Amino acid sequence: MIRTGLLMASAALIAFATAPAAAQDKVFRYSTTGDILGLDPHNNNEGPTNTMKSNLFGRLVHRTPDLSLEPDLATEWERLDDTTWRFTLREGVTFHNGNAFKANDVVYSFERQSQDSSDMAFALASVADVTAVDDYTVEITTAAPDPTLLLNMPNFYIVDEEYMEENDAFEVVAGAGLTNFANTNANGTGPFRLVEWVQDNRVVVEPFEDHWGYADRMHNLDRAVFTPIANDATRVAAILSGEIDAMYPVPLQDIPRLEGEADVSVLQGPELRTIFFGFDHHRDELLDMPGSGENPFKDPRVREAFALAIDKEGIERVVMRGAATPTGSMIAPGINGFQEDLNEPYPHDPERAMELMAEAGWGEGFPVTFDCPNDRYVNDEAICTAMVPMLERIGVDVTLNAQTKSLHFNKIREHDTSFYMLGWTPGSYDAYNVFQNIITLDGEAQGAWNSGRYTNPEVEELADRIATEVDEEARDALIHEGFRIHKEDVGHIPLHQQALAWGVRDDTVEEIIQRPFNDIDLRYVVMN
Amino acid sequence: MLDYIAQRLVQAVFVMLVVALISFSLFQFVGDPVNNMVGQEATEAQRAALRERLGLNDPVPLQFANWVGNAVQGEFGVSYRMGKPVDELIAARLPATLELVFLSAVLALLLGVPMGVYTGLNRDSWLSRFFLTISLIGISLPTFLIGILMILIFGVWLGWLPTFGRGGLVDLGLWQTSLLTVQGWSHIIMPAFTLALFQLTLIMRLVRAEMLEVLRTDYIKFARARGLSQRAINFGHALKNTLVPVITIMGLQIGALLAFSIITETVFQWPGMGLLIIQAIQFADIPIMSSYLVLVALFFVTINLVVDLLYYVVDPRLRVERAGGGH
Repeated sequence: MIRTGLLMASAALIAFATAPAAAQDKVFRYSTTGDILGLDPHNNNEGPTNTMKSNLFGRLVHRTPDLSLEPDLATEWERLDDTTWRFTLREGVTFHNGNAFKANDVVYSFERQSQDSSDMAFALASVADVTAVDDYTVEITTAAPDPTLLLNMPNFYIVDEEYMEENDAFEVVAGAGLTNFANTNANGTGPFRLVEWVQDNRVVVEPFEDHWGYADRMHNLDRAVFTPIANDATRVAAILSGEIDAMYPVPLQDIPRLEGEADVSVLQGPELRTIFFGFDHHRDELLDMPGSGENPFKDPRVREAFALAIDKEGIERVVMRGAATPTGSMIAPGINGFQEDLNEPYPHDPERAMELMAEAGWGEGFPVTFDCPNDRYVNDEAICTAMVPMLERIGVDVTLNAQTKSLHFNKIREHDTSFYMLGWTPGSYDAYNVFQNIITLDGEAQGAWNSGRYTNPEVEELADRIATEVDEEARDALIHEGFRIHKEDVGHIPLHQQALAWGVRDDTVEEIIQRPFNDIDLRYVVMN
Repeated sequence: MLDYIAQRLVQAVFVMLVVALISFSLFQFVGDPVNNMVGQEATEAQRAALRERLGLNDPVPLQFANWVGNAVQGEFGVSYRMGKPVDELIAARLPATLELVFLSAVLALLLGVPMGVYTGLNRDSWLSRFFLTISLIGISLPTFLIGILMILIFGVWLGWLPTFGRGGLVDLGLWQTSLLTVQGWSHIIMPAFTLALFQLTLIMRLVRAEMLEVLRTDYIKFARARGLSQRAINFGHALKNTLVPVITIMGLQIGALLAFSIITETVFQWPGMGLLIIQAIQFADIPIMSSYLVLVALFFVTINLVVDLLYYVVDPRLRVERAGGGH
């Protein structure tokens, strides 16, 4: 035993000594706060995990950094009628294990991803059926006309039927359950293949040389190592010392520090997530005013007063140190259906806010608990803390309740809040997602995150039409009208899009394209 | 003797149950893990189904009973976050933490005892004053700050040591060790020293105080009178008598090292149990949290049991009293 130990030790020493020889390889090491949740492409719907999945798995359609769609496994597509789409598949594509990619894999992937237990089923919610016309043609039929089908396709991950069946991995196992083969192994058609995943420690991938796009690749990596580093200071130290080549997010207070460093630069850009505040529109009596029989938030003047009382520029300047874009819209620029003319934030006008409060009969103010997460968004608690005096200035007696996200989201989902903060990125990159989840209530699968239960019959009706209107221009007009009414109602108060801040070492990384998601697509990394 | 052990064991089991119950009831306040397990687009029906499958709808006493029942059979459940059995996860992390704790304890003893002896013998020398000043820093600065300062100095400014993680691992079958390669040592030395610093200063001050005490006693005077060499007196007689409390304290402090390793592991991204539990708390991963707390309680209870038994062996008075009691 001891002898084998020694043998292994010397073997390791030799390996260690010879390691520098391989240093010419272009190894890209990057880090963020947490590990990927798992490798099952049909589960774990979370931004950084989805990006890692898209390094490993092919989709019919890929989303480029500027958010437009480009062919991946499908080379072309056309709409045959309102509910049927035909996709022509790329020929000669192989999975990482060498199996050929054919139409049956698409059908199988649809069946697997649309199971109830799949966390990614939302992307295929409108799809009724997928059929293979021949080996390289599939038809997707939707239950009703779905104008956003294509936008959801980058979230439809293709797995290998033969491989999954061999390993008895059809069932998607979420979270606790028996360990799931698909969650710890990956065999896709993506440009990178999995070398190893040591949970909470590292994910190592290497380029897949038989990838159909290998010859035209932009990246020049030989290997990429992803390491989660939870502690902000440690992550900053790791990039300063050159042990990693890129990391995100850069804590706001460290941006000037990193920018002052010769070999490190900070890439900044707006993210797609919109941070906003919501009110309880539903209860007849505010939670904080038991016995009063009144809910001041039912009066649009009170909601407008809140919107005017918040100094969004001040928050952007002081709390966010410039790393945010104040907004008046519930969706970010770049999301399908974004309305430029509705993006003007509510002005900061405390005097007018006080008048409105007085007009509404709440000149003396009222008490309200302000629910906030403290570990979810950039400086979330600091934003809420800064808002307390702004609201107290117009007479509102605010009690801040900032807590960890698991507790905060519990309250949000159970409508157990009067005034709250939330952030939202539409998973389909389309405005309808926000209509469906945030600003409507009455339909099937609507209002899941409409914690304050805002509802307006006109918006509800518009939302239902947006869901199925396939004419782009008409649809855009409907979206505009819906958002206009919502804004007039002050249904929610949009605050800002937080900025992305990535730290990148200039001495090792030549170019990296930043997308408006907070994670790195390895296709767009070029090293020196 | 058997009575004594049996009594201690019963107490230990009782303590474990209380810890399990308290920790389990605490977890009712960490939030609903389901929201962390599924994405924002999951439907209410999907959430409800998952909650039902995890048994989160059962009343808390029933959940507790189920959990204890399984734990007794060695089943610690399945992590919500990773979908892997908890015992596997803990077994994978335990070597990293135990190695760190072991090295810290060794560092604390190997540096702390000589420094304590030196400062005890040379009370007024400048080096003693220097050691004492350093020890003040060790005792008063929080671990995470020391860790970050060390990273800044040795990792960023000097660039001598890696700033995070565990590397240079050698697989010994059941155990992956980082103590067999240079690279492994370069990764472990900073976190181990950070973790050791508090214990080191504690031991140093303890040894110093004990030395001062012992050097005043009669038998040291008699030893001097007999003309024994300084060396024989200081190390053969004085130091030997100071070590008993040091060993006792060190035994108890190993538990503290395990507990403090949470902070050190977070700062250095050391992939041990501390990091696992921190991530479990953020995710509201109840099976991991319960198992971890029970495991730590088990460590403490075992160490206490061993220390109690050692007292019994070391201290003759205890034996006499028990035997003389006869009831």
